[in-house]
Amino acid sequence: MEVASSHTIAVLVDNEPGILARVVGLFSGRGYNIESLTVAQTNAKQNLSRITIVTAGTPMVVEQIKAQLDRLVPVHKVHDLTLEGPHIERELALVKVKGVGEKRAEALRLADIFRAKVIDTKTDSFVFEVTGASDKVQTFVELMGSLGLVDVGRTGIVAMTRGGEAF
Amino acid sequence: MKKPEETATTGADLLVKALIDEEVEVVFGYPGGAVLPIYDSLFKQNKLRHILVRHEQAAVHAAEGYARSTGKVGVVLVTSGPGATNAVTGLTDALMDSIPLVCLTGQVPTHLIGNDAFQEADTTGITRPCTKHNYLVKSVDALSRTVHEAFYVARSGRPGPVVIDLPKDVLMNKHDYTAPDMPVQHKSYRPVTKPDAKKIEQALELIANAKKPMFYTGGGVINSGARASKLLTQFVHMTGYPITNTLMGLGSFPASDKQFVGMLGMHGTYEANLAMYHCDVLINIGARFDDRITGKLAEFSPHSKKIHIDIDGSSINKNVRVDLPIVGDAGQALEDLIKLWKARQPKVDQKALKAWWAEIDKWRGRDCLAYKQGKDVIKPQFALERLYHHIKDRDHYITTEVGQHQMWAAQFLKFEQPNRWMTSGGLGTMGYGFPAALGVQIAHPEALVIDVAGEASIMMNIQELSTAAQYRLPVKIFILNNQYMGMVRQWQELLHGGRYSESYSEALPDFVKLADAFGAKGLRCHEPSKLDDTIKEMIAIKGPVIVDVAVDKAENCFPMIPSGAAHYDMLLGPEDRAARPVSEEGMVLV
Repeated sequence: MEVASSHTIAVLVDNEPGILARVVGLFSGRGYNIESLTVAQTNAKQNLSRITIVTAGTPMVVEQIKAQLDRLVPVHKVHDLTLEGPHIERELALVKVKGVGEKRAEALRLADIFRAKVIDTKTDSFVFEVTGASDKVQTFVELMGSLGLVDVGRTGIVAMTRGGEAF
Repeated sequence: MKKPEETATTGADLLVKALIDEEVEVVFGYPGGAVLPIYDSLFKQNKLRHILVRHEQAAVHAAEGYARSTGKVGVVLVTSGPGATNAVTGLTDALMDSIPLVCLTGQVPTHLIGNDAFQEADTTGITRPCTKHNYLVKSVDALSRTVHEAFYVARSGRPGPVVIDLPKDVLMNKHDYTAPDMPVQHKSYRPVTKPDAKKIEQALELIANAKKPMFYTGGGVINSGARASKLLTQFVHMTGYPITNTLMGLGSFPASDKQFVGMLGMHGTYEANLAMYHCDVLINIGARFDDRITGKLAEFSPHSKKIHIDIDGSSINKNVRVDLPIVGDAGQALEDLIKLWKARQPKVDQKALKAWWAEIDKWRGRDCLAYKQGKDVIKPQFALERLYHHIKDRDHYITTEVGQHQMWAAQFLKFEQPNRWMTSGGLGTMGYGFPAALGVQIAHPEALVIDVAGEASIMMNIQELSTAAQYRLPVKIFILNNQYMGMVRQWQELLHGGRYSESYSEALPDFVKLADAFGAKGLRCHEPSKLDDTIKEMIAIKGPVIVDVAVDKAENCFPMIPSGAAHYDMLLGPEDRAARPVSEEGMVLV
C-alpha cells in the first residue's frame, strides 16, 4: 500500500477570470483534497498569478494531480516543492484577543516570544499579526485560546524553494 | 490610409471570417435570440454551410461525427441558455473521446450577465468541467484572437471540445479583424508531441526482447492522423507481434490482418483478453487503461512490463502504474520506433514468439464470438455479419448508439481503416449514433453511412430524421430491435435476478410509419431468410432509411468480463453465467 503524504504545489497561471474555478473544480471534480490554497497576482506585467496548494495523497495521486493541473490551458508551470528539494513555507495569521489584566499581559508576552506584531489595540483587545511556518502559527493560536481568543484569519501557505532558482 | 471605422466589422462578421480562415466548411447549429447576429452574418455569405439540426445535443454529435470521420475540427453554433445546456451532453461526450470541437454559444449582452436575464445560463461555469477549455469573450477586440486560439487548443495535444461564449453585444460591436498566427505560439499551452529519444530507445529494447509481447492501441493513434495508423500497421508487421485495439482504436490496424486478435475489454475477445493477462511486455499506444479495458485492476496484466505512449501526461499512471511512460504523439513515437528498429535490426526471439502465437491461436480456437443462428429468429450477431457482408466492398462509415448493439457492431463489423468507426466510447451516450451519422454523411456525401442502433437508443435523437430529410442525407439506420434496453436487460439478468425493471421498450413506434412520416423509407425484417434482401434494398435506396430488424430478445452480448472480474474470468456464453455469480465489489461498479 502506498501511503498518503502532504505536498506543497506551486502553480503559475494566467491571471484571468475563472482560473481559480478551473483549479478548484479540478480538485473537487476528481476527489482530491485541498488542505491550503493561496492565490494572488505575482507578475503584473505578464499578468501571472501564483497559486500555492497544499494537498495530500499517495505518490500516484499526487502525480496525477500535477499532471491534471499541467494540462489546464492557462497553466504555465507546476512545481511540486515537496519533491523538488528544500523549500520554505510561510503563513500569516491575524489573531484577535480580548482580555484585561494578567491575561492581556500574558498575551502580549507570548506575542513577543512568537515575534507577533500588534497591529491594532484597544484597552481590552489586540489584533496580532503572526507569520511563520504553519505549526508555529497554529501553536500561537492555540496559546491564545485560553487568553481571550476572539477570532483568527489565516492566509494559507505560500512557499518557495531555497537557493537561487526560480520557484 | 483607411480610417478604423471603415475596416471595422461587427463581431458576428469577424467570427464568420475567423471560422473561414480556420478552414471551417460546415457549422452544425440551431438559432436563437442571442446568436441572431451570427445567423445574420451566415445569411450574407456562402462559404460556410450551416446545417440546421433539431436539438442542440444532436448538433454536437453531428459535429463529432464530422470531426472523427475527417480529422478536422467540428464546429457547433447554439444559442444562450437552453441552447448551451442542451449541448452539454455532446460536449462531455467529445471530451471523453478526445474529439476536436469548437462550440460557439450565444450569451446575453455583457451588461446583463449575472442578472438572471432571459435565456441566461452560466455557460462557462457549466461547461468548465466538460470542455478542454472555454472562453467568455467580453469585448469584441478579443474575438478573432480567441477564435483562433480555440481552434488551436481544440486540435492540438489531446484533442477536445472548446466553448466560446459570445455575449450578444460583443457580436454587434465593431472591430478590426486579426488573422491567425502561423505557427501558433500559445503562451502557456504547448503540448509535448516529440517523445524523449532515450525513452524510445528503452522502449525498443523492451519490445525487442519480449517473449510474449502485446500491442494494445487506442483512439490516440486515430487522433494522431491517418499516417499514424499506417505507421502502426507497419511497425506491428515489422515485429510480428499480436495487437488488440480498444473500442476507440478500431480501424487503426486492419481487422482482417492475422496479427489482429480483436477488441479487448469487457466485451472483447477471449484471445485478446487472455493475451493481455499473459503477456510479458505490453505496448500501449494512445489508450488510457479505461476501466472497461482493465477489469479488476489488481489482476490486470500482472506479468508484463508496461510501456505507455500518450500525448496526455495525465493519462499515464492514472489507473495502471507503468514501467516506461512516454509522453508524445502516437504517430511521432511510431515513426521514431520504426526508424530505430530499422537502424538496430534487433533479433526477436522467434522461438518464443512462435510459442506465444501458438498459445494465442489455442485461445482463438475457442471461437468466442460463436452464436447459433436458427431458422426462425434473427440473431443480432447474424444481422451484423450479413450487414458487413454487403457493405465491405463499398466505401462505408459506421456509427452506433450505445448498448448491446454497439458491442456487437464492434465485434462483428471489421474495420480496415481509421476514421470509419464513430461510437460513443467514454461517455456511452445513447442517441449519439444517428446525429453523428448525419455529420459523417455531410463530410462524405457519396459514402454509405450506417447508424447501427437499438430501438431504445434511436428514440433519444429521433427528431433528427427531420434534419436528414431536409438535407436529403441518405443515412441508413439499422435497428437491432429486441424490444429491450438490451444492455440494461443483460445486467439485470446477470446481476439483479432477472428483475427487468423498466428496461422493456414499451409503446414503441411503428418505425416504418415513422420513417414515412419524416419522408424517409422504412423497412422491416423478421425472418433470417429475408435479411439479405432487406439489407440489399436498404443499400439500394438513395435517401434515408430506417431498417427495423426484429432480433432475438433474449440474446446477450458475450464474451463478457463481469464488472470487478479479471481478464481470465470471462463469461463466454449463457452456460457460463450461472456458475460464476458477480462479486459484491463487482456489483457496485458500473
